[in-house]
Amino acid sequence: MTSTTLRPPAVQPPTAGRNGIRHRAEKLWTASPLTWFGLVLGVILSLFPFYWMIVIASRTSDAANSWPPPFLPGGKLGENIQRVLDNGDANIVKGLMNSFLVSGTITVATVFFGSLAGFAFAKLRFRGKNALLLIILASMMIPIQLGVLPLYILMAKLEWLNTMPSVTVPFLIGGFGIFMMRQYAEQAVPNELIEAARVDGCSTWRVYWHVVVPALRPAAAVLGLLTFMEQWNQFFWPFVVLADPANPTVQISLRSLNTAYFADNSQIFAGTLIATLPLFIVFVLFGRQIIGGIMEGAVKS
Amino acid sequence: MSSLKTPAPPGASARRSRPAPRHSPARRRQLNRLDLRFTPYVFVLPFFVLFAIFGVYPIVYTFWIAMTDRSPMNATISFVGLDNFVELFTNDPQFWNAVVNTFGMFALSTIPQLIIALLLANALNRRIRGQMFFRLAIAMPIITSTAVVALIFSMIYAREFGLMNWLLDLVGVGPVDWRANRFASWFAIATMVDWRWVGYNALIYLAAMQSINKDVYEAAALDGASQRRQFWSITIPQLRPTIIFTLIISTIGGLQLFTEPLMFTSGSGALSGGTEGQFQTITMYLLDVMNQRFRWGYAGAVALVLFLLIASVSFLNYLLARRISSDK
Repeated sequence: MTSTTLRPPAVQPPTAGRNGIRHRAEKLWTASPLTWFGLVLGVILSLFPFYWMIVIASRTSDAANSWPPPFLPGGKLGENIQRVLDNGDANIVKGLMNSFLVSGTITVATVFFGSLAGFAFAKLRFRGKNALLLIILASMMIPIQLGVLPLYILMAKLEWLNTMPSVTVPFLIGGFGIFMMRQYAEQAVPNELIEAARVDGCSTWRVYWHVVVPALRPAAAVLGLLTFMEQWNQFFWPFVVLADPANPTVQISLRSLNTAYFADNSQIFAGTLIATLPLFIVFVLFGRQIIGGIMEGAVKS
Repeated sequence: MSSLKTPAPPGASARRSRPAPRHSPARRRQLNRLDLRFTPYVFVLPFFVLFAIFGVYPIVYTFWIAMTDRSPMNATISFVGLDNFVELFTNDPQFWNAVVNTFGMFALSTIPQLIIALLLANALNRRIRGQMFFRLAIAMPIITSTAVVALIFSMIYAREFGLMNWLLDLVGVGPVDWRANRFASWFAIATMVDWRWVGYNALIYLAAMQSINKDVYEAAALDGASQRRQFWSITIPQLRPTIIFTLIISTIGGLQLFTEPLMFTSGSGALSGGTEGQFQTITMYLLDVMNQRFRWGYAGAVALVLFLLIASVSFLNYLLARRISSDK
């Protein structure tokens, strides 16, 4: 099941010598020049902003404000990165560390609790299961804006404002993680294996640890990647509770760069480059898995 | 997987002769029953604890707070009934301005976004070389945060020295002040949203297209249906549930639009969305009321109405999408 969506759509190679039907059916899936044109255009539009990020980040801020706009990278990348790292208003180094801490914690917790609950929903019998699952599904539909004010007051009462627990604890387990793990566990964990482990005297926890966890590993990896990306890019809630620029996440550091009295574009772009780099590395290493995860999620829903 | 690491006794007779039985068989059975009965709840409990504290409680509290005049500036809190809602609906042009902006940008971004995604998915569904490269390249914008997207595009849409104005200049069109003009600002923000999400939606559509039986197309082709005809008469109806899904996801995201318009203006005061609120969205207005004017009770009412709007538009989309594709 992991491989089905990753397989290219090409059908069997054309069987020579058979009648024209097979041949005609083959022709159905060939790409016309227009298709190619559309795809190439899509790729260019999709990648250009990344390229442009590097162009501006590697130029002086004067060159960034020139006419016509620059289209080739310059030699100031290191200098600009140094300047943005040293920028006392943005605290981007602190922001990067905080973002790693927050996203990492949430990712580990989401995968662990998600697989635990997903297993329970997929394979265990208990009363009220369907109702509880429905609540989880409904929770995914609720935008954070709805409760933002009481949540803010709650954070103030807990004295979590401007600290990392405020952006970590509420997001430790999401409905999406549970749901995704449930879908996967239903197919990937054979009932016979669980029964066998039970007969051998395994407690539910041991069944989880020794039977379910190994089977869920591929889905857990994808869930971890998607969760880390989502959390790294979180903006709205951190913007509300992390008002103190001395202790930001990296996205809030970018915001501080943008609100500076004098907007220094090459510095801002060096900042966006730094903030995107970790996820770029993740994407280069695990892009296939991420795409597979998105596509599989689509088929399931 | 077949190698269960548990030191399992081979049979019932072996159990009695186990080296160190911690519990008597009766006690063991009892524990086992407790385990079967309650462990599932323990496994799902963490979610519900967090959801109760950080999800349900704030929502219930929002209903209450929306009927008060609570503010950090007021020493006392008084119950005002539905006054906040009455003011919101009858005497708050700025809120309705934000509603119009939000829906305008939502429509301007979502419709092209889903159409382009469908076309891209249809292209990716052909037999092409470098499948994986195209998929990766088109999906890559999802690694950027909305803040990064907003910053990059803010410069593309700069009034002076902006890339977009330079392009317009090439074809002989005068420069546009992308922030001053309402429609221009909507357009700029809509392109930011689309750049980030088109590839993602295209992958979702592609996955759904690949699960359509290829024989249907072959049969249609034998009957002389053109590729365009096949797209409209086979692909689109088959994709109905997926289109509804992406529509609902886009609605939830689109009506919460916040970061892009916020970062479109640099400097403080960005919550007001332009000099005359040309691109202030409902969420920006919500934070404006909450953190600049400190009218917490009123902010509660704004949050509730925002949620109602999202819920009803999602439902409407659902009905509409069902209707459209069942007409075919």
